[in-house]
Amino acid sequence: MQLLELKDIWKTYYLGDIDVPVLKGVSFSIEQGEFVALMGTSGSGKSTLMNILGCLDHPTSGEYRLDGQEISGLSSDGRAMLRNSRIGFVFQNFNLLPRTSALDNVMMPLSYSVEHLPERQAKQRSVEMLNLLGLADRMDHEPSQLSGGQQQRVAIARALINKPSILLADEPTGNLDSHTSEDILRLFQQLNQQQGITIILVTHDANIAKHAKRIIRISDGIIEGEIKSDAGGVK
Amino acid sequence: MKIYRTMSIALRALRRNPMRATLTTLGIIIGIAAVIAMMEIGNGASAAIQKSIVSMGSNMIMIQPGTAASGGVSFGAGSVMTLSPQDCDAILQQCPAVQYVAPIVQARTQVVYGNKNWVPFFIVGSTPAYLSIRNWTELAQGDVFTDKDVRNANKVCLVGNTLARELFEGDSPIGKEIRIKNVSFKIVGVLTVKGANMMGMDQDDIIIAPWTSIKYRVSGTSLGNVNQSSAASTSSTTVNSLKNLYPSSQLSLYPTQSTTQAADTPQPVRFANVDNILTSTSSTQNIPLAIRQVTAVLRERHHIRQEEPDDFSIRDMTEMIKTFTTATSLMTNLLLCVALISLIVGGVGIMNIMLVSVTERTREIGLRMSVGARARDILRQFLVEAIVLCLIGGVLGILLGHGGALLVKYFKHWPVETSLTAIIAAVLVSMSVGLIFGFYPAWKASRLDPIEALRYE
Ligand SMILES: Nc1ncnc2c1ncn2[C@@H]1O[C@H](COP(=O)(O)OP(=O)(O)O)[C@@H](O)[C@H]1O
Ligand SMILES: [Mg+2]
Repeated sequence: MQLLELKDIWKTYYLGDIDVPVLKGVSFSIEQGEFVALMGTSGSGKSTLMNILGCLDHPTSGEYRLDGQEISGLSSDGRAMLRNSRIGFVFQNFNLLPRTSALDNVMMPLSYSVEHLPERQAKQRSVEMLNLLGLADRMDHEPSQLSGGQQQRVAIARALINKPSILLADEPTGNLDSHTSEDILRLFQQLNQQQGITIILVTHDANIAKHAKRIIRISDGIIEGEIKSDAGGVK
Repeated sequence: MKIYRTMSIALRALRRNPMRATLTTLGIIIGIAAVIAMMEIGNGASAAIQKSIVSMGSNMIMIQPGTAASGGVSFGAGSVMTLSPQDCDAILQQCPAVQYVAPIVQARTQVVYGNKNWVPFFIVGSTPAYLSIRNWTELAQGDVFTDKDVRNANKVCLVGNTLARELFEGDSPIGKEIRIKNVSFKIVGVLTVKGANMMGMDQDDIIIAPWTSIKYRVSGTSLGNVNQSSAASTSSTTVNSLKNLYPSSQLSLYPTQSTTQAADTPQPVRFANVDNILTSTSSTQNIPLAIRQVTAVLRERHHIRQEEPDDFSIRDMTEMIKTFTTATSLMTNLLLCVALISLIVGGVGIMNIMLVSVTERTREIGLRMSVGARARDILRQFLVEAIVLCLIGGVLGILLGHGGALLVKYFKHWPVETSLTAIIAAVLVSMSVGLIFGFYPAWKASRLDPIEALRYE
């Protein structure tokens, strides 16, 4: 069964009298354990699509199934719970809470989870997650005391803390230099291969997209084509 | 568990900007401090008033003789002698609401012991019931004189603490003889300390003796002498032998006694007036009933016709209590209003800062929503933050107000009473302020669109 399945997704913004169609009938599906890059020029509608995939936004029309569950029928609370348990977000600008330690940043999503871990367990799980991402000695650092790459690692740890099935990363290397970008991308590949996490990476850069096993090209709101890459493995 | 985590999130958010948090909550701090200080000082004041009223005798009713007027000149209350000891007996027998009755005869004169002298503020002639009326039955030393002493006009007396100190300087006054205007009185008891009354008079500067003794043996400047139109006033220089039943008549039925003989064997007269009558009821609720009954009895006894005014007047403490308590509660309420306004201003300040905070933290809100916070989680977070802010302000306010009240107590010696109700009320009020004024910003935060919020610059 497909992990997620899009059928003829349309998204139109209404600015006053003008209709701005951004997504014009997008259809594709992604299986469990894939590492997919969504590639397209700036303004092609990648982020819009990403918001729909991440259950932050409704499509204007079309069907979106996540794990066989139709999303458009869910209430906003239902979508929030889904985001909490199934989806992890990584942003271009990291979006860490300022003046808050790395550990607390990573723990934050746990306080909205349904299972509701006790404080000690929550802390322990966050510590383990930070260790996994190589930040064992940066737990108590605040974002301003961390480098860009370290900040993005904290953000990835936060995205993974609730053990989601999908990791959505919107231009995760957009604010990083090429060396650090390479590190982060390798981290994604590791997570995909070793933990089996499904990763959807949004980028405008072909050099970054080629780290994924599969590249979906989007242009002006329409899927243009698909490339199976062989560069997905960890070297 | 959940609320604990929300609280810790709120505290962490507040810690990110402690200066602003402090300034924001200043309005609440001042408001609550004002409330607490007012309540503590106000409660202290009313407790002090209550105490001094009780020490005067809270269920006391005072009956004074009427006003004499001559040729348009009024001589003031008590200038006519209309009250008699027989009135006392009648009141006790015929008024069921009245518990104790004591006639009062007053004098003001010099008291001598050895080579010391003193003019006590009160020289009261009465019966043992007087002490019951004034809640003063316990003595520091000795015993109360008896009703027999009153009947026989025995030369015994009780002295107050101040007088004992002035005349005896630490020696026990029991059994000593003091001279009140050249009449020797044996001290049989010393009263307990009562302190100043509401007007600031020293209630311990007192001698209490049987009224008969004061009336017939001392007969100092009693109130009756104020009345210039009364020719029958007793002379204060001659010894009153109590012999003259009809002072104006020249008739002499028996051989005249010598002055010494006369003074040694006093005889009660058939008519004697007392300066006023003190009565008390068993409870405060009975006071109006007692006043009605006493009025009826006295009008009947004094043969006052329907249309004529009373020749006496009745005062009770309720009026005084009412005056004092309304004065203090008026002040307290007024200041509470000011404090309330301060709390409202403080609340608006909280709302203002919370709105700023919501705008500033739009990205954070978007992020929290993207990791799964529901609208109600965001609402609760900001609401709890506002409430925690107000609670901290409230606690600081309580400490500040309590400290202020203690300072007032320490430096100005005002009576102060810590009020648990006020503290609980302050906590509840500050929480409500947080709830009320924090709701709109929190609601606004919860209504944000996660995508817009994430994109907010
Ligand atoms: N909230 C919005 N209202 C109107 N237009 C929008 C909105 N969000 C995005 N767009 C438009 O949709 C198009 C695609 O945006 P986006 O998905 O962010 O592109 P990408 O991420 O691929 O650069 C852009 O032309 C943008 O102007
Ligand atoms: Mg984009």
